[in-house]
Amino acid sequence: MFGYIVRRVLQAIPVFLGTTLLIYFMVFAMPGDPIVALFGDKGVNPAIAEHLRHQYHLDQPFIVQYLIYIGGVFVGDFGTSFSGQPVANILAQTFPVTIRLAILALLLEMIVGIGVGLISGLRKGKLFDASALVVSLIFISLPIFVIAFVFQFVFAIKLGWARPTVSGAANWGELILPAIVLATVSIAYIIRLTRSSVIETSGQDFVRTAYSKGLSGARVVRVHILRNSLIPVVTFLAVDFGVLLVGATVTEGIFNVPGVGRTLYQAIIRGEGPTVVSFVTVMVLIYLVVNLLTDLLYAALDPRIRYGK
Amino acid sequence: MANKQPHFVAPLNETPLLAVDSVTGASQPSNLWLDAWRDMRRRPMFYISGVLILLVVIVALFPGIFTAEPPNDKCYLANSNAGPIWGHPLGFTRQGCDVFSRIVHGTSTSLTVGILVTILTMGVGIILGAIAGFYGKWIDAVLSRVGDIFFAIPYILAAVVVMSVFSHNRNVIVIALAIGVFAWPSTARVLRAEILRVKNADFVMASTAIGVSRTRILWRHVMPNSIAPVIVITTMSLAGAIVAEATLSFLGVGLPSTFMSWGNDISQAQADIRNNPMTLIWPSLALSITVLAFIMMGEVIREALDPKARASR
Repeated sequence: MFGYIVRRVLQAIPVFLGTTLLIYFMVFAMPGDPIVALFGDKGVNPAIAEHLRHQYHLDQPFIVQYLIYIGGVFVGDFGTSFSGQPVANILAQTFPVTIRLAILALLLEMIVGIGVGLISGLRKGKLFDASALVVSLIFISLPIFVIAFVFQFVFAIKLGWARPTVSGAANWGELILPAIVLATVSIAYIIRLTRSSVIETSGQDFVRTAYSKGLSGARVVRVHILRNSLIPVVTFLAVDFGVLLVGATVTEGIFNVPGVGRTLYQAIIRGEGPTVVSFVTVMVLIYLVVNLLTDLLYAALDPRIRYGK
Repeated sequence: MANKQPHFVAPLNETPLLAVDSVTGASQPSNLWLDAWRDMRRRPMFYISGVLILLVVIVALFPGIFTAEPPNDKCYLANSNAGPIWGHPLGFTRQGCDVFSRIVHGTSTSLTVGILVTILTMGVGIILGAIAGFYGKWIDAVLSRVGDIFFAIPYILAAVVVMSVFSHNRNVIVIALAIGVFAWPSTARVLRAEILRVKNADFVMASTAIGVSRTRILWRHVMPNSIAPVIVITTMSLAGAIVAEATLSFLGVGLPSTFMSWGNDISQAQADIRNNPMTLIWPSLALSITVLAFIMMGEVIREALDPKARASR
């Protein structure tokens, strides 16, 4: 087990370096001169521009810039945005919002997704099951911005149950509507995953044994069917939490949530190289850690899976 | 074992064939693909999605059959956000353009991007996945890590960055590349896993034993037996690419507004969500129905090719 973790961490190092190099290169290739853009309508003062270029290492070759940046990351310095704010501060402001949003969405996914999926699987072929399958298929097909607009229009603008956009504070209550939107697609997948998993488990011999030794239906479902069906669902949820943590660009944009996704999107549009690179660096780190934890979780939940040779 | 025994070989006529051993040569030989095709044709969902996909393809190829109205030329601001009238069944956009005509003419953009991305991801994914899975060792380690690099960046964000790099010359090819470059690792992973499963089968060893070259074993023997899961994700990936194109256009980094595109229409209509929500709803509906058709087709194919999915139906 320990050897497996070490091997995975060692494998993650080239991926981390490769991803940051790739994103750094793409940001480097973006057209437009950020220093000139900083001056806005005023004329460019060559001396100040030269000084700024030197300060942000923009006068160095590409690979040197990258090495300076990545060296800073290893000592916890994520650089400075062109507006003079340390990127670490921007990260500290936006991540809590996205984490709140992710937790809400994850709770919804667990409650609705597993609940509906379980009922669907237990009543395979019945009306409830058939409608759950059709509705989930429709939600999988709807692009997230369509869902977001319809929900925003119906629940916020027409019915007035929530505010159409989120305030700067982004409280828990305000984030419920965006969290519902964010959760819908994953709920649809979880319903289908839980359903097929429950159907598969229900056909196993140990379920028949449990029934024939006289256990009540509720107990068989809770202890024997549900528990054993949840392994793929839990791993899906873990991966999904990682996806939610790296931010939902579209949903955050539509509901004006001041989270990671929207901030990063705006940084890309404004050509703010340092912010973009730092955000993506943190995202890749989260992705790698969540991936490793998911595989370990898989082994912890399913005794048939053992890592490490 | 010192005491050598001569091999005993039974004479051919010792155990004659019994009646039960006889084979009826008349019956059709069956295989995975034939079974799947038979299974698919029994399902109503196959016909619904098939007809929808056919319709989308016809609209994309011949938009002129469905509307005589030019999508961009006869836009009068007098018609701005006007409701439906005779000849303009879905009303007008803020710029006074015919909504229906714009949707009809936008179909080919979505479909082209979807098909290009699918060809790209399948091509790159199949080649790299096959090589990684079949040759293993350091080739696998390198290719898998390269895949991880492209997979670790959320692909919509990566596409936004790529589109920003090409901010002056965006077209269908560029957007397909921006989406496809970060979408191929999932195909490669699926195929790699399947090839790892197949490559130790007895028929591979048999081919090696009779001296078939490694390359030929991979493409002639291993590949046909591992390609099914890739086929399954093809239509799904086409649907995903169509959504990705619309998302990028929606975010304002997609195709320039001179292109007819559902994503552009949705993006432009979002400012009018309060006073004219229908201009937002119609292109969204066209997009959703198209995506639904491809995802339904993917479901049918998956259930036909995957015996486990067939059981849970």
